[in-house]
Amino acid sequence: MWTFFHKLGSPRYFYDLSGRVLPWLGLATAVLLLIGLYWGLVVAPPDYQQGDSYRIMYIHVPSAWMSLFVYMVMAGAAVISLVWKMKLSEVVAANCAPLGASFTAAALVTGMLWGKPMWGTYWVWDARLTSELLLLFLYLGVIGLRNAIEDPRTRARASGVLTLVGVVNIPIIHYSVIWWNTLHQGPTISKFSKPSVDPTMLWPLLIMVVAFMLYFAVVLLMRARCEVLARERNTAWVRQLAAQA
Amino acid sequence: MQDFFHMGGYAFFVWSAYTVVLVVLTANFISPMRRRRRLLREISQQSSRKIINDAETQT
Repeated sequence: MWTFFHKLGSPRYFYDLSGRVLPWLGLATAVLLLIGLYWGLVVAPPDYQQGDSYRIMYIHVPSAWMSLFVYMVMAGAAVISLVWKMKLSEVVAANCAPLGASFTAAALVTGMLWGKPMWGTYWVWDARLTSELLLLFLYLGVIGLRNAIEDPRTRARASGVLTLVGVVNIPIIHYSVIWWNTLHQGPTISKFSKPSVDPTMLWPLLIMVVAFMLYFAVVLLMRARCEVLARERNTAWVRQLAAQA
Repeated sequence: MQDFFHMGGYAFFVWSAYTVVLVVLTANFISPMRRRRRLLREISQQSSRKIINDAETQT
């Protein structure tokens, strides 16, 4: 187990292994996405209250969950790079920010497009929407800070601290629909109770959530591989790779 | 089929939302692919230039 992690620290080993895993991971993502989309858009019946508009849920909920999940991954990576100064964790933290920002933006836009027909308005300043918007600003803040600082060590520390301060926002987003009762509907799926949605509608949602998770793993690995190539550009194995390509 | 595109009257909202997500997912997928290709091209040009330079300094 430890030798595996040790080997993973070697850029070349990481590059080779991820190159072999990626096609399969990508294939699994594509298959799950297609199944989830077909099930969610075609097979699942319309909602008795919301008609077909609820089908936005199949992309809105996974995007929103990923916006939180990616932030927690980024925060975990930030802790590791602050405490142990591991290179790989810094790469993960750096590449989580733009991905998380795009999931957050997707969650906000799909939410607005769902809100208009159901609530009569694209936007309300309720707790869930406002805290999710704050999350977008946190991501953008981390990206901006990273771009502004030249020195890699200062960059890792400053963006890590900002990331960790922003973690406060995550439980606020998660519990906002329970703490404040506003337009945004309560959680459909909760650990502590039976889901308030019919299985024929629930399954495609779960498939889409898994697909989005895999998608995140795929694009994060792709970005990390680019980072490895850029950092190791002067080594013999990267040159050889580039010459073959 | 027409029902499918009509989405019970919510076609604009449903299809806009799906388009936005599709664009976001595709963009995030394509950008590291392009970066990788660009990096590999840069590195191979760099190292071939270095070989030429080395050859010139030797002669």
